[in-house]
Amino acid sequence: MTPFIALLARDLRLSVREGGGAALALVFFALVATLVPLGVGSDLALLAKVGSGVLWVGAALAALLSLDRLFQADYEDGSLDLIALSPLSLEGTAAAKILAHWLSIGLPLTLFSPILSVFFGLSAPAVMALTLSLAIGTPAVSAMGAILASLTLSVRRGGLILPLLVLPLLVPVVIFGAGMAVEVQTGLANGAPRFLLAFSLATTLLSPFVTAMAVRLNLAG
Amino acid sequence: MISSLTAEKLAVQRGSRRLAENLSFTVKAGQALALEGANGSGKTSLLRLIAGFLPAVAGKVTVTQDGKEISEPEERGRFIGWLGHHDALKASFTVSEQLTFFGKLYGGSGDRVALLEQVGLARQAELPCRYLSAGQRRRLALARLVLSRRPLWLLDEPFAALDVAGKGLVARLIALHCGDGGIVVAATHEELGLGNEVLKL
Repeated sequence: MTPFIALLARDLRLSVREGGGAALALVFFALVATLVPLGVGSDLALLAKVGSGVLWVGAALAALLSLDRLFQADYEDGSLDLIALSPLSLEGTAAAKILAHWLSIGLPLTLFSPILSVFFGLSAPAVMALTLSLAIGTPAVSAMGAILASLTLSVRRGGLILPLLVLPLLVPVVIFGAGMAVEVQTGLANGAPRFLLAFSLATTLLSPFVTAMAVRLNLAG
Repeated sequence: MISSLTAEKLAVQRGSRRLAENLSFTVKAGQALALEGANGSGKTSLLRLIAGFLPAVAGKVTVTQDGKEISEPEERGRFIGWLGHHDALKASFTVSEQLTFFGKLYGGSGDRVALLEQVGLARQAELPCRYLSAGQRRRLALARLVLSRRPLWLLDEPFAALDVAGKGLVARLIALHCGDGGIVVAATHEELGLGNEVLKL
């Protein structure tokens, strides 16, 4: 367990020190959430209707900002070789990195979302549902992102194609995530919480294995 | 401790290019092997193959520990201390933070203060790595290698960027490691100075 904790603590510390971490994601998230009401106008009923969707898209995009550094930085400076030879398996390495990404990005975004939902006049129950959906769904964003970050880790400027690859795969998370708040607003059960939970669990559990495979391939390249 | 490293009829390949073929050698505990060859002759690739990063397209690499032969790449990786040509340092981490992290990751314990003293970085312990010179970064990478407490050292150009004293330090560390029954395989253009075997690629 110690190597796992050591890697987790290091990645968290790096995300705070080397920029591109929580602060950047939160500011980006806040800017998106501020710009949309300015563009859409002051129709509060309309804003409340689109609010959960806009906040989910904003959170997903914000989480992608730092994704390209997840493995690439360690690959370029040779750290990944040393980590691969450590007692921690590559699967454990992937899990530590996904957890670190979620703790430094997904969790702060989730906790920040109730404040931003003020811009959209969401009702208290809808805000609760939205926050809960982010708590359930953001791990899937980190986990899905890790798979593609590891696949593109040796691609120069891979950071540019990464969002193009990740975003289509995040469609279910955004639909069901925003759907949880919509369910509360409309009072019509749509099954979103269950689908979101299932998708998030499956992605998060499988991702370390797929990610480890991709890292292995890239180290051999 | 491991008793030997053996390569049998190894072929080194990068992409579709075959760099070397039919390489066979044995390095016993306490011995060092220098890999020599022109730039691009496959020294680094051979080291990466021994480390288990590159798959062996032909032949196999075996580490023998207590009479048990281990050739599965990831299992073999647990014996390896790696000094690549990148220094693997984070600009915002201080010298001692860097060592502490790798110490925990590798489960290696050891006196970090004495280690920094040994590689001549005692005064820089609290300095972020971005302020280190290329030679100092190399010294820190060497300290990390010693800290890993791995029996089989794979060194890629260990003398690169080091001053005369630094080169002496590398030679001393290699001699100490071999003296403790370790194995060293180093890709280098300079003499290791141990009366070691040389493999020409």
